[in-house]
Amino acid sequence: MKNIIEGSRAVALTIKMCKPGVVSAYPITPQTHIVEDLARFKADGEADYQYLIAESEFAAASIVLGSSLGGVRSYTASSSQGLLLMTEVLFSIAGLRAPIVLTCANRAISSPINIWNDQQDALTMRDSGWIMLYCEDNQEAIDLHIQAYKIAEAVKFPVMVNMDGFILTHTYEPVDLPGQKEVDAFLPAYKPKRGFYLDSKNPASFGPFVTPTTYMEQRQEMFGDFIGSKTVIKKVAAEFAKKFGRKQGDGLVEYIGSGNEDVVLVAMGSIVGTLRESKKGVNFGILKIKTFRPFPDEEVLKKLSKAKYIAVVDKSISMGAEGILAMELKRVSCGRLKGRIKSFVVGLGGKDITIGVIEKIVKEVKKSDDKIAWVYPE
Amino acid sequence: MPEKILKHNPLFNPGHTACAGCGQAMTIQHITKALGSDVVIVNATGCSEVYSSKYGESAWGQPWVHSLFENSAPLGSGIAAALHQRGNKTTRVVVQGGDGATFDIGFGLISGMWERGDDVLYICYDNEAYMNTGVQSSGSTPHFANTTTTPAGKKNHGSQQYKKNMIDVALAHGLRYMATTTCGYLDDIENKVRKAMTFSGPRYIQILTTCVPGWGTKEDMAVDLGKLASETGLYPVLEYIDGALVNKMKVTKPKPVEEYLKHQKRFIHIIKDPERLAWVQGLAKRNINKYGLDK
Repeated sequence: MKNIIEGSRAVALTIKMCKPGVVSAYPITPQTHIVEDLARFKADGEADYQYLIAESEFAAASIVLGSSLGGVRSYTASSSQGLLLMTEVLFSIAGLRAPIVLTCANRAISSPINIWNDQQDALTMRDSGWIMLYCEDNQEAIDLHIQAYKIAEAVKFPVMVNMDGFILTHTYEPVDLPGQKEVDAFLPAYKPKRGFYLDSKNPASFGPFVTPTTYMEQRQEMFGDFIGSKTVIKKVAAEFAKKFGRKQGDGLVEYIGSGNEDVVLVAMGSIVGTLRESKKGVNFGILKIKTFRPFPDEEVLKKLSKAKYIAVVDKSISMGAEGILAMELKRVSCGRLKGRIKSFVVGLGGKDITIGVIEKIVKEVKKSDDKIAWVYPE
Repeated sequence: MPEKILKHNPLFNPGHTACAGCGQAMTIQHITKALGSDVVIVNATGCSEVYSSKYGESAWGQPWVHSLFENSAPLGSGIAAALHQRGNKTTRVVVQGGDGATFDIGFGLISGMWERGDDVLYICYDNEAYMNTGVQSSGSTPHFANTTTTPAGKKNHGSQQYKKNMIDVALAHGLRYMATTTCGYLDDIENKVRKAMTFSGPRYIQILTTCVPGWGTKEDMAVDLGKLASETGLYPVLEYIDGALVNKMKVTKPKPVEEYLKHQKRFIHIIKDPERLAWVQGLAKRNINKYGLDK
């Protein structure tokens, strides 16, 4: 049955069904509705997690790191400056292999201050060792949060589920919310193995001091494990599709089109919905990146093998370079794709992305220059 | 006595790489013994993390975790919440850090933990500067102390700031248990740790621990200096329960502060400076009056 509910509420209800033992967060727009709902469920006796009030995002991330290492499923959410304040802890969480799930309600970064949507915040964390998933709509937000815990606990890496602030978090959409029994069957209670959590009956040291003798080896091992998690992300997506009857690509990417289009637009998050709308009457393909980290190199190469003009539509900018997803596409394509890749930057700080903006991109992608195109609505 | 000290403590094993004569390593020996095995230790970044946890050679017999410099308090909060959620009613959480982690970089996060009322014992090893990074000034560094960032030079006389009063700060949070002591009193350390563990909720113990290279002392001075810090009135040894001062180490005949300062290179520049020496003597007197150590 479909309900028309707010995106944040859909996420909060989903997290409740994932049964975390500890939730901790700090308020920041546009993430707040999620954690307010989670506090409300607790206050109404509908959930038995512990809800710890944090005095900063830095503390919230540290609290869930503690609870996760303590052997309990843990959840936090943030946005923008909050995510940036967590940076140091995010790297530590990944290094300590704590399977935390974090919702990032994507928002622009200061300065100047701006509370509206773009994707600069999470992309700035791309090197941290967090699996990064992107939602196109609120249905996908529900589905990816359930999958996120399953992936995180299988591969022992934290997962960040990204949803565009306001565009998804504050929008009411019809969504199919699964029942508790279905979620339980898909996501059993978290039971870490002996030796993988802090336990006085089996004392172990976590987070030791590592010298040059083995630090690089450990980071390389982590890199291998992280790349290896792609297989699990795909497997979990397939299992989810089978059990819940909803499929969005292979868990890593989704191609919308025949596969023979000359022009392909590559994007992540809610903008893919706009691209789908714009596609009516215009002949281009859409490559939706669902998993940004680990980056689906092989899948992207395969899907773009026939494209002649590739427009990467970014809601982020790496100062002094170009759109962050565009940089990623160029890395992957180097010597392996014949299509020309152009970086388009749109929608920063909540700037509208209209169908007109997409039409401009489709026109400009054939221009043979390497300049970044900053595209504004009419 | 030596044979008693040397007896193997499986909760903090030999082979760690602390300096000879380290006041903190000696203190940890007694703290781990008093805590027993049913605890989780959270360690802030600092000397103790470096000398005890070198990969493959951990000294710790208790479950132990290190994440970052400043986040050990909220990490402890999260672990305590996890233990509760797992229905574990016996394992307790102990967070430990140096004065840099406590007075400075982790300060706000400790306040947050105390506000939440989390069941965590926080132990501060106070050696009054950032020793691990090479003796830089912290919020705990005493006035006039020579550090690499507050050097005593031709124009100034070491630190121009004043040691932050964490005792008052801790009390302002309404802690169940709060105590100070020094590495001069090893039995007192064990007793206070054991007592702290009879309470639930937020608790704080601050222990003055000497540092051979950072203070510029001889290797055999840890216990003597720990005692002198108290006997001069410079480091009040106190115990509070629910905000009330229930015990104090009396200082009825305070020793002159020179007796404490003269063994430490960090204060050598004021030893022959009557004006500044008098100021330190005055500080000792103010401490004695404030906490009624002479009564």
